[in-house]
Amino acid sequence: MSVTSPQPGWWNSPLHKEEKIWITIAAVWCVFITLAMPWWHIFGTQNSSQEYYTINPDDYGTVVDKFIEQYTVGEEAGIPVVAPPAGAEIFLRGQQWMWDPILKLKKGETYRLHLSSMDVLHAMSIYPINMNFEVVPGWDYVLTLTPTTSGEFNIICNEFCGIGHHSMIGKIYVES
Amino acid sequence: MSSWNYRTCPTTGFKVHNKAETLIQFNAVTSIVFLLVGGIVGLTLALTRWQAVHLLNDEWFYRFLSLHGIAMLVAWIVFFEMAVLYFASAVILNSRLAAPWVGWLQYLLMLVGGALVAVMILTGNADVMFTSYVPLKAHHLYYLGIILFAVGAILGCVVFFATLVVAKHEKTYTGSLPLVTFGAAAAAIIAIITLSAGAIVFIPTWLWAAGIIPVMDSEVYRLLFWGFGHSSQQINVAAMVSIWYLLATLTVGAVPLNEKVCRTAFVLYILFICIASEHHLLVDPGFSAAHKTWNTGYFMHLAVLASMIHAFSVPAATEVALRKQGHTRGAFEWLKKAPWGNPGFSSLVLSVVGFGFLGGITGVIYGTEQINIIAHNNLRIPGHFHATVVAGTTMAFMGITWYMLPLMFRRQVVAPKLASLQPWLFGGGMMMFSTAMMFAGGFGVSRRSWDMNGVDGPFQVNFGPIVDLSLAVMGISGVVAALGGAIFCLLAVATLLFGKKVNA
Repeated sequence: MSVTSPQPGWWNSPLHKEEKIWITIAAVWCVFITLAMPWWHIFGTQNSSQEYYTINPDDYGTVVDKFIEQYTVGEEAGIPVVAPPAGAEIFLRGQQWMWDPILKLKKGETYRLHLSSMDVLHAMSIYPINMNFEVVPGWDYVLTLTPTTSGEFNIICNEFCGIGHHSMIGKIYVES
Repeated sequence: MSSWNYRTCPTTGFKVHNKAETLIQFNAVTSIVFLLVGGIVGLTLALTRWQAVHLLNDEWFYRFLSLHGIAMLVAWIVFFEMAVLYFASAVILNSRLAAPWVGWLQYLLMLVGGALVAVMILTGNADVMFTSYVPLKAHHLYYLGIILFAVGAILGCVVFFATLVVAKHEKTYTGSLPLVTFGAAAAAIIAIITLSAGAIVFIPTWLWAAGIIPVMDSEVYRLLFWGFGHSSQQINVAAMVSIWYLLATLTVGAVPLNEKVCRTAFVLYILFICIASEHHLLVDPGFSAAHKTWNTGYFMHLAVLASMIHAFSVPAATEVALRKQGHTRGAFEWLKKAPWGNPGFSSLVLSVVGFGFLGGITGVIYGTEQINIIAHNNLRIPGHFHATVVAGTTMAFMGITWYMLPLMFRRQVVAPKLASLQPWLFGGGMMMFSTAMMFAGGFGVSRRSWDMNGVDGPFQVNFGPIVDLSLAVMGISGVVAALGGAIFCLLAVATLLFGKKVNA
């Protein structure tokens, strides 16, 4: 019974055959999934980025403003649209409750996308491909990004950032 | 020694210390009150995320979501666990409860802390969600409430361990601790470790909110918060598995197959699960991939091994017990003849299936470095933990309540037919609810969002009919589960008030 003390000598009572088989299967499986993670990291092509720097939010804002000024090609819903050259350092800024600027990228080109927040935590969820990264104030998170599909993508904030959270939607264009 | 009053339970033969019994009653009743509050709020949330109904406005949605997390994940579960700890120490070991006044301090601190947090949320002073990620700031009394609650819970663990010492010293039992008490001890050890991590993060956050500390780093907060936030879920796992063994014994008379195996598995929980918390940070800046992979891979999977061992042990012990009762024909007669009408038994089975298959497996999958990129913060995540904490832990706690009522409150459960239906409504509804949530999450629908379409935003997003359908399934199964939860609360309260007294 699980509510009474076990029989004396319980530590030495042998395991049943079925128990041994199950524990072996479970242990092998756990070793397998433990090795699978580094294996996938080394040989896979899509990992979460390991490049990050600390930055003061005000400084990040200044950098983003300069970036917008340099490459603006238009405006949509009051948000500037920028078309940076292929291979450029590109910037996205999260703040309550908007993403700016709107990025116009070229399919097949590689960019270094910087992510940071001006105020609280946000997270970038790219719709419809459903890829998600945390956007943290004080941290510049750099993703190396090569768009492989052309079209229109939305950026949905998926870290709760205050009452206007659900309205925080941005946009990325990928042109072929 | 006249102040120590015992009665002998006629069903189990346990010697029950009256002060332990009163504390168990208070903690259990309070937990059910919080379950009721969290459940009503939860129903309104499900009916809001079901986009076709969209019940609440944005402000109250976020406010209720914060309250739902605190009322359920913190108050309901931890108050109930306090009752479990006192039961597993004083009652099972036939002992007096050590220092009952500390137990009362535990109860009061948790009650005051929980109430403070609830008031702060409902008055709009803490729209920060359960996670309260800085620099999103709540009123400083919110953090104080959390701290008081956590201190209370630590005191409960202290009373538990002191009772183990008293029982050993006064020789109220011989030999090793019973398995259920051993599992509860594992839960209490994990509680002390993780609640200390909670103190490390919430005390500076409280001071920061009060204006004493100028800055808090978001990423450091996230690391420390999850050292508390996820690891403390392992308290629930250990407590739930102990209750699985308890329910298997109470419902069919199951005997653990091998005590060494079961206990070693509990030790694996203590050693490894407390450290594994970085699967929350897999798509965050600030940590190298090696660090994250080591933490989520190596440490996590040794704890997964423990769960896989219990997942064999509990059903196997149940099968052996039922075969001993004479159900030996074929491979499955024992399963057919199992006491399915006993809500304790059906709760046990539903809890094992919901926790293991839905919750555990998805947890391991979403905690993988690459897969986390497509799971982080979308509905897959609440889908996962509604399977573990609700279909698993809550279901098991509800199941043991049907035994608590006659054993600890000495009342016969009213309307037993309705009680035997309850686990199917609640467990079945919750599993469907979780599955639908994870399905919608696969399309990128984010969690904690009042409106997935971005109704007030500069751009709108249309997820299409498949997502609408899965959210409708989520809403409907949420209503079914809420009905099961309502029947549970109603029967528990009705039993306390009108249940026939068991041999006064």
